[in-house]
Amino acid sequence: MVSLRPAPATKRAAAPRLPAGTVYRGHEGMWSWVLHRITGVAIFFFLLVHVLDTALVRVSPQTYNGVIDTYKQPIMGLGELVLVAAIVFHAFNGLRIILIDFWSVGTKHQRAMFWIVIVLWVVLMAGFAPRQLMVIISEVQH
Amino acid sequence: MATTLPAPRTVGRRRNIEKYGWIYMRASGVVLVVLIFGHLFINLVAGQGVKQIDFAFIAGKYATPFWQVWDGLMLWLALIHGGNGMRTITNDYVSNPTANRLLKGAILVAVVLLILLGTLVITTFDPCPANAAPGTLPTFCSSIGR
Repeated sequence: MVSLRPAPATKRAAAPRLPAGTVYRGHEGMWSWVLHRITGVAIFFFLLVHVLDTALVRVSPQTYNGVIDTYKQPIMGLGELVLVAAIVFHAFNGLRIILIDFWSVGTKHQRAMFWIVIVLWVVLMAGFAPRQLMVIISEVQH
Repeated sequence: MATTLPAPRTVGRRRNIEKYGWIYMRASGVVLVVLIFGHLFINLVAGQGVKQIDFAFIAGKYATPFWQVWDGLMLWLALIHGGNGMRTITNDYVSNPTANRLLKGAILVAVVLLILLGTLVITTFDPCPANAAPGTLPTFCSSIGR
């Protein structure tokens, strides 16, 4: 009897755990992408407001000072902390994306680079957070 | 027998706008890291942090072309970078053609208006305006009697 099944390949290739060449499917690659989007959108909306509030310097000094004083309230101080955290992540991860695109072995090291981004983020925030909390506390005592 | 062939499509001649958008995000991104980190350091970390920011502080900065150029570059690069990012996200998630076009139109209008407003503010800024309330001006305004 003739078998209709195709003849088995002489050497069967091992099934890859993940499809080859994926950066964005699962794990660090995907989560960095999710965080990049969320921080990007948040920064964009802040930027819209920030250009408008700064434009008040053209109205009068007292108008600008009145609005900018709200940025000095403790709750806004915490908001600035979150904003800086978002910007620092977006900045370092953006540089990681550029390295993935242009560095010959960038894709190979994208996971390691994600953790380097996280470490750099922690270091910078460890510097900025106490500084900002100092400013907030001195404003509360003011 | 005469057969008419349709005009052949040009291949490889069309300029790929998306490619330039892709390059712009990376090129502007590198510059923005420097500009924004510098901006955050000067305004939020150095001196008294966010507490120091008032009209006199801004007037002191804009008295030098250095900060006018710095902020002007930040304004243009960041708004176009952000607007293009929002356009990408809109294309990813908004499949309804009308909603897609409306949202991207709104993003474009916001970006163009804010770039124009910001550029106008930076270029026409007066550090010693006549309508200033007492005590709001930088000290150097006293030299012109304000």
